[in-house]
Amino acid sequence: MLAGPAFVVMLAVTAYPILQATYDSLFAYRLTDPESRRFVGLNNYAVILTDPVWWNAFGVTVLITVVTVLVELVLGFALALVMMKALRTIRPVLRTAILIPYAIITVVSAFAWFFAFDITSGFVNPTFGLEGTDWFASFPTAVSVIMMSEIWKTTPFISLLILSGLAQVPEDLQEAAKVDGATWWQRMWKVTIPNMKAAIMVALLFRTLDAFRIFDNVFIMTGGAAGTETLSFGAYRQTISRLEIGLGSAYSVLLFLSVVAIALGFIKIFKVDLSQARGEK
Amino acid sequence: MARRPSGRSGAGAAAVAVGALLTLTACGGEAGGPPTLTWYVNPDAGGQERIAEQCTEESGGAYQIELQRLPRDAPGQREQLVRRLAGNDTSVDLMSLDPPFIPEFAAAGYLADVPPDVADEVTEDVVEGALAGATWKDELVTLPFWANTQLLWYRQSVAEEAGLDMEQPVTWEQVVDAAEQTGTTVAVQGTRAESMTVWVNALIESAGGQILENPEAEATEYELGIASEAGRRAAEIIEDIADSGVGGPQLATANEDINASMFESEDAGFMVNWPFVYQRAAGYVEAGNLERSEFEDYGWALYPRAVEGEESRPPYGGINIGVSALSENVDLAFEAGRCIVQAEHQKQYFLSDGNPPAKASVYDDPEVVEQYPMAETIRESLENAAPRPQTPYYNEISVGIQRTWQPPSSVDPQTTPERSEELITDVLRGEALL
Repeated sequence: MLAGPAFVVMLAVTAYPILQATYDSLFAYRLTDPESRRFVGLNNYAVILTDPVWWNAFGVTVLITVVTVLVELVLGFALALVMMKALRTIRPVLRTAILIPYAIITVVSAFAWFFAFDITSGFVNPTFGLEGTDWFASFPTAVSVIMMSEIWKTTPFISLLILSGLAQVPEDLQEAAKVDGATWWQRMWKVTIPNMKAAIMVALLFRTLDAFRIFDNVFIMTGGAAGTETLSFGAYRQTISRLEIGLGSAYSVLLFLSVVAIALGFIKIFKVDLSQARGEK
Repeated sequence: MARRPSGRSGAGAAAVAVGALLTLTACGGEAGGPPTLTWYVNPDAGGQERIAEQCTEESGGAYQIELQRLPRDAPGQREQLVRRLAGNDTSVDLMSLDPPFIPEFAAAGYLADVPPDVADEVTEDVVEGALAGATWKDELVTLPFWANTQLLWYRQSVAEEAGLDMEQPVTWEQVVDAAEQTGTTVAVQGTRAESMTVWVNALIESAGGQILENPEAEATEYELGIASEAGRRAAEIIEDIADSGVGGPQLATANEDINASMFESEDAGFMVNWPFVYQRAAGYVEAGNLERSEFEDYGWALYPRAVEGEESRPPYGGINIGVSALSENVDLAFEAGRCIVQAEHQKQYFLSDGNPPAKASVYDDPEVVEQYPMAETIRESLENAAPRPQTPYYNEISVGIQRTWQPPSSVDPQTTPERSEELITDVLRGEALL
């Protein structure tokens, strides 16, 4: 009973929009022409799933997600180890310094990276002798800058989650391994990582879901040009730019289902136990 | 111990609070003075704000105009206004509208009918292109405010070196050859944005075609003219610029501002752009960021021809004033609109912000001619200008063009026009994504 109001709020802010979008996705409905709205069943889904635009965006989104999350995991682990080993006196300063990129609004960081690599006003080209390189004109370079900005921005988040996992590894296990003559690598592989598996998986899950919804960087840097359009950007294009509420809703529902599939995949395949990560077990 | 208020006294307190709030609100209404009209404007150098202040003053207390700024790019402006109007937002009274989006607003019923006396007054002495842009289905739906067009800007020294006679109309071919010969650039808007549609439309129109043949038909029955001889000619010109390298390394991301900067640099040769570039360069000279000799080297001519011997059809742009059908003060909003677009304000806006007037007579004003020596060329260009497709589905057509004609290096006269027409047709039939 006490959780009742919270439950109602949850329904209002999450379930209602999802159900409304699912309902709208069954119509051909243009915002500026509400009178010609008509029921089309699953036609919007058929249009989307047979269009290369959706699959290109899907491929780009998966590429960005896989690359950024893997790089962030490695970098985040390294940063977490540095924070763990840092002297107690400088630890807060170090944590704050590492967290700064994460504190910056994504749109602002996207603009910063865009202007840094811009062919006319950016400092990257003159600094590295790359005058005349238009980073945002072709897919490999454009997507690289987008991924670099994403990695720079969110590595602190993953490193903080990993740091909390590192802190949970019992010190006596490490001591015992040391006494048994285990090297640093052996302790890392046999003691530290197995004992913080849940924290790593939760970090990976959160970041994967986050990366899969990438929008701001693409919007600011390329506007979807050079083949960099992602799924979220596609949903924006259909719904906000084209005002096709029906088609856009179907696109958003498919995006939502993809995110749900990722979450379920992590929980089932990798056996992520959220209660363990919360320290309840 | 403090006594908890009983239910009755709590309700009483609430009633008093509500009463006080209502009184305050009523007072606020009375103390607020004349009705406030909210004018949603595109960002500029402050000219619209000055006009709003002047019209507020001229109204003698009948109304006051308050400004709300829209996003910088035209599609962003459209998105915000459509969302407000579709949501029945009555706070929108006046809107600065980009002409290609006017049919969509008119067809959706977002624009109030223009009273005949206002229509007569605001269309008097207006250049042809601006009148066409303010109209939907032969009816005036917005008030022409300022009318933009692109010119061919060139460095006089470069044209001279290349032996190009700029007194005569030039073709794109001649411009590219001259740039190649002198090792200079041709600045064009090759980025994936609205400006790409502006360029492709001007090229197709100049080659004697048009993107949309029957704008009055249902969207599913549109006949497109992209996969045509004119479309192929347009693609040849873009291919030529990309292959010859005169577009510069940033061709695929160049917008109007980047092109203006490119034209201020040493290896500049030619550029197609709106007249704001002149005012911008003059400002840089004053600020000491551009050599006066370079500014004095600026030349201007009519937009290049796509076909030898055929007149060019330059791009048309600008801003018109629309009155929201949802406004609670439609009559006052038209009064304010009438004030905003008067010739004196158009002249003042041209002088302060570099945006050309819709009224033809302003181009003869001595002050205008003195500050803009190319005023006559602008007026001539406006008379020849071709608007972009006038349709409620302009956004679909525009984004379809951007997707198929960008980057310029990918344009192939044999395949691009067909691919573009096919995509747009599928999108309009609801069979493809954008």
